[in-house]
Amino acid sequence: MSPRHVVVVGASLAGHATARALRDAGYDGALTIVGDEQHRPYDRPPLSKGFLDGTLAAEDLALEDADDTDLAATWLVGHRAVGLDVGLGAPGVAATHCVTLDDGTVLVADAVVLATGARARRLPAHLGGDLAGVHTLRTLDDALALRAELVPGSRLVLVGAGFVGAEIAATASKLGVDVSLVEASTTPLAGPLGAEVGAAVAGLHAAHGTPLYCGVPVAGLTGATQVDGVLLDDGTHLPADVVVAGIGSVPATDWLVGTGVPLTDAGAVAADADGATAVPGVWAVGDCSAWWDGDRAAHHRTEHWNDALVRPRTVAASLLGLAPVVTTAAPYFWSDQYGVRLQFAGRRTGDEVLTVEAGSLEGGDALAVYWRGHVPVAVLGMGQPKLFNRWKRSLGVASVAA
Amino acid sequence: MHHLCALDDVVPGEGLRVTTTSPPVAVFRTDDDEVYVVDDTCTHQDASLADGYLEGCWVECPLHESRFDLRTGAVDQPPAKRGVRTHAAQVVDGQVWAELSTDAPNLPPGVAGSTAVASGVTA
Ligand SMILES: Cc1cc2nc3c(=O)[nH]c(=O)nc-3n(C[C@H](O)[C@H](O)[C@H](O)COP(=O)(O)OP(=O)(O)OC[C@H]3O[C@@H](n4cnc5c(N)ncnc54)[C@H](O)[C@@H]3O)c2cc1C
Ligand code: FES
Repeated sequence: MSPRHVVVVGASLAGHATARALRDAGYDGALTIVGDEQHRPYDRPPLSKGFLDGTLAAEDLALEDADDTDLAATWLVGHRAVGLDVGLGAPGVAATHCVTLDDGTVLVADAVVLATGARARRLPAHLGGDLAGVHTLRTLDDALALRAELVPGSRLVLVGAGFVGAEIAATASKLGVDVSLVEASTTPLAGPLGAEVGAAVAGLHAAHGTPLYCGVPVAGLTGATQVDGVLLDDGTHLPADVVVAGIGSVPATDWLVGTGVPLTDAGAVAADADGATAVPGVWAVGDCSAWWDGDRAAHHRTEHWNDALVRPRTVAASLLGLAPVVTTAAPYFWSDQYGVRLQFAGRRTGDEVLTVEAGSLEGGDALAVYWRGHVPVAVLGMGQPKLFNRWKRSLGVASVAA
Repeated sequence: MHHLCALDDVVPGEGLRVTTTSPPVAVFRTDDDEVYVVDDTCTHQDASLADGYLEGCWVECPLHESRFDLRTGAVDQPPAKRGVRTHAAQVVDGQVWAELSTDAPNLPPGVAGSTAVASGVTA
């Protein structure tokens, strides 16, 4: 039975793509999109790249363009969903859910799609996370605030050398900011890429003269009201005018605790391989969700732009009871640092064998393939778009080349 | 007509970025030896379509996988929403030439470019 009212919570990449996928799939019922930012859907990846360096303006980030219709949806931007009351339905009776907004409005829907993404993890107050000059970067407003402080000659310390931290470092150094990075683990990006490749990617910082301090945790930020430095556990003090915490994100699901929608230990909405949660009539997609990953035999949260764009097509089909849209494509993300385009695709669990098929890790232009036996399961390219896209297509298919 | 490259410069099944035009163009040579010329920069963001994956007469953007029909420039699905500008290609004596379109290019925000010819041979 086709629903009469679909409520999408979260008005960003995954929420907008869900609305579009529903309309593309022929859904012509009522559609409401709720988003707590003041902005219509915009694109986040440029926030640490072209928007931060001023190449792009806010209007360039819009996910809708002039000839896009508003998808015949009711857009409630500037409204936060604070409660979800799930009706469980009964045989022959469709479930009816109630979404409560911060102004008390109650939306009654027979299908709800959770697309609330994630929020930046902050440094705790006892470490100085509340000092002026300390930033995180997740939203357009965050980027505007940070951009205003990245003046040439200022000193920026990035806490965390993950993808977003590394991109900010690269962009800021281009702006003439004096940048350094600190990373608690011994090798940045070892989680997603493995130690060998992580070290090679982190080598881009050294190659561009950006100091990177690894393996020493931050003891705390210094300064009375305005941050003036970062103190490391080994006593090193790095003077700073601006600090950005790039220490990951947490699913924006606090409002779902106790609603009956299952969350993983890490707080993501647990969903099956179509995005359906265990609550009939409730789906989840994008950065807030952890879909069932058969390869890993576990729920797995990808925080990739592409997945947030593509998976809504699967959700729309599942929600409308249409033939399943299977997304066989491997999870994929890219990152731009110091003019080098990094691309990664696949499912890497950690015990793969690595081969370098072109370029070199030391040279910062590697095409690296991760193998499980004779099967390539993941691929990373550093400025190797052509080869990368070829290898991406062969993932999961046994090859004699190993 | 604008001279772009020798046909032999383009590997069958691949694209070649040519920067003697502004904006740069991509020359594609299909496995059937058809030659197509389109603007090289994806209409969505800054990615070189010459690096994309060629399948029949469609090229897939190497960054976010929108696909463009090289015959018409039309795009199949988001994130790119605008088609890519096409140029009429001709192969004469093993050399690739194109009649560069005078339509406005569909360049992504933040990428500079104009329809003017930067350098190279014009006939
Ligand atoms: C700086 C930066 C750079 C990035 N660069 C890359 C990159 O290069 N490559 C890549 O693959 N990925 C990148 N990403 C990740 C990518 O942007 C995300 O994967 C993508 O934005 C996920 O989309 P989403 O819609 O699921 O979540 P989000 O984009 O987080 O959107 C969720 C929306 O829901 C809203 N919301 C949250 N809670 C509520 C509520 N209770 N009620 C109403 N609204 C709510 C949020 O405010 C937000 O607007 C980057 C992310 C950042 C922050
Ligand atoms: S840059 Fe081509 S689809 Fe995004």
